[in-house]
Amino acid sequence: MLAFTNLSWRFLTVWRRNLVVYRKIWKVNFLVPLLEPAFYILAFGLGFQGLIEGLSYAGQPMAYTKFMAPALIAISIMYNSFFETTYASFVRMYYQKTFDGMMATPLSLEEIILAEIVWSATKATAAALIMAVVLGLFGFVAFPQGLLLLPLAFLGGLAFGAVGMFFTGFTPSIDMFNLPIFLFITPMFLFSGTFFPTAGLPVWAQHAAYAFPLYHLVELTRFCCLGFSETSPWASLAYLFCFALIFLVVGLMAMRRRLIK
Amino acid sequence: MNSKGVDNADCILRVNNLGKRFNGLVAVDSVSFAVRTGECFGLLGPNGAGKTSTIRMMYGFSPPNSGTISILGLDIATQWRLIRSRIGICQQDNTLDPDLTVFQNLLIFAGYFRIPRHLASERAEELLQFFALDKKREAKVGELSGGLARRLTLARALINDPELIILDEPTTGLDPQSRHLLWERLHALRARGKTFILTTHYMEEAAQLCDRLVIMDHGRILVEGTPASLINEHVGRSIIEIDSPEREGLRQFLRSHQVDYDELANRFIIYSNGDLAIEQALREGFCSRQCTFRSATLEDVFLRLTGRELRE
Repeated sequence: MLAFTNLSWRFLTVWRRNLVVYRKIWKVNFLVPLLEPAFYILAFGLGFQGLIEGLSYAGQPMAYTKFMAPALIAISIMYNSFFETTYASFVRMYYQKTFDGMMATPLSLEEIILAEIVWSATKATAAALIMAVVLGLFGFVAFPQGLLLLPLAFLGGLAFGAVGMFFTGFTPSIDMFNLPIFLFITPMFLFSGTFFPTAGLPVWAQHAAYAFPLYHLVELTRFCCLGFSETSPWASLAYLFCFALIFLVVGLMAMRRRLIK
Repeated sequence: MNSKGVDNADCILRVNNLGKRFNGLVAVDSVSFAVRTGECFGLLGPNGAGKTSTIRMMYGFSPPNSGTISILGLDIATQWRLIRSRIGICQQDNTLDPDLTVFQNLLIFAGYFRIPRHLASERAEELLQFFALDKKREAKVGELSGGLARRLTLARALINDPELIILDEPTTGLDPQSRHLLWERLHALRARGKTFILTTHYMEEAAQLCDRLVIMDHGRILVEGTPASLINEHVGRSIIEIDSPEREGLRQFLRSHQVDYDELANRFIIYSNGDLAIEQALREGFCSRQCTFRSATLEDVFLRLTGRELRE
């Protein structure tokens, strides 16, 4: 069972450790979110946009790049947090034995794992911030509501970081992360209203998309960038919040089961 | 088994009927012992004897299936956080943080204890000096040799100025120079009143460092005592090793004189316990080939009690 008494603000000391490591290679860490949106916008704007006519979202016609740009931020939030709590956390846990070392201090396992998840959300927020600036320069982000992207990125980061940690809780080896990526992340990446509106899908697939956390994150990034979305932002927010909370709890439980023997 | 002659008052650690099972296999089987403040206590045993399992329960990493552990008068089950803030643990695996430099390893680790920054860097500097690591201050942990890494691990375990230090095989895999430096530092720390719990596979190390020790096997404590008393009690003062002797004659001689011995494939180990007459008789009658007369050691005790078969 999950021991809430094992949680305290001490988890921030582990979060700080990750920040110190991140800052050592901040230039590399910044480069991807800086260049990635520019590449996508150029590729799709120059190469793809001409092929697409009559796109409409939430009943409004719009240019393809304008439709796609907010989704890039959402995808980046998902990737940054999910990869942090899967591959990166697994390396720290299994190969580097960093968590074992921390367990010789007054830190609880719950604090270490919570810190990893909160750190993944922080990394996602940093990426979202850089992307928002770049996309803002292209004119794809409307301010000031674009600033809402930052707390949203943190919430989305918590959701995907927590579900990543849940997988880390019982993956037998690092190569096995291919499975949740192939079965969970990639379908979401393609079918969450990211590169085409879900309205273009058969009805059953539309309903399936509503179950994806990325769909709701994309909806909310669109709301921040465009000022409107096709579903209620409150419903999407509630969905993401519940998703994050549930996987925080089961992620912590899975890791306790894995590591405390 | 009860810990003989150790009264409650001056004990820094007390383990009572500790038990641990993994998937139905018994790893630790009702183990009890106590460690006095200021002593160096050894936990010896072959691989799989339950040493590391016991240690992991001691610092609250792994919950026991039965029994209790109290450290500094606190119960590990409920007050693990307080206990961990006052003890230092040097784990068997290298758990140094490879993403950080030597100095950062100490500073960040101090952070987990919430040691104020200025105090942390003061202590980190002292520890780098103490373990002759100051030249490696900015090195990455991955670049350190085994000996340096172990010194840093020990330095890190001391960052909170612990009262009790738990060392799980601190010298395994080190070259003699590194090992001697580590021993010397441990002696210096003992002089400052620190208490140690040590596991090791090197019997001469245990004999040299430990005031008292237990030998464990199959999750149980076989014996407990000072190195000298254990040697005296279990193998006597002296030993004769005779290579490829005339077996039947030697056997008969030893039995008729009631001398303890172990028979190996090509060698007899004879526990002569300083009996000069026996030694003389063996020298004259059975030492046609290789014969070694030597003092008994803790290693003899260990092998005698835990057997000579391979464990893994």
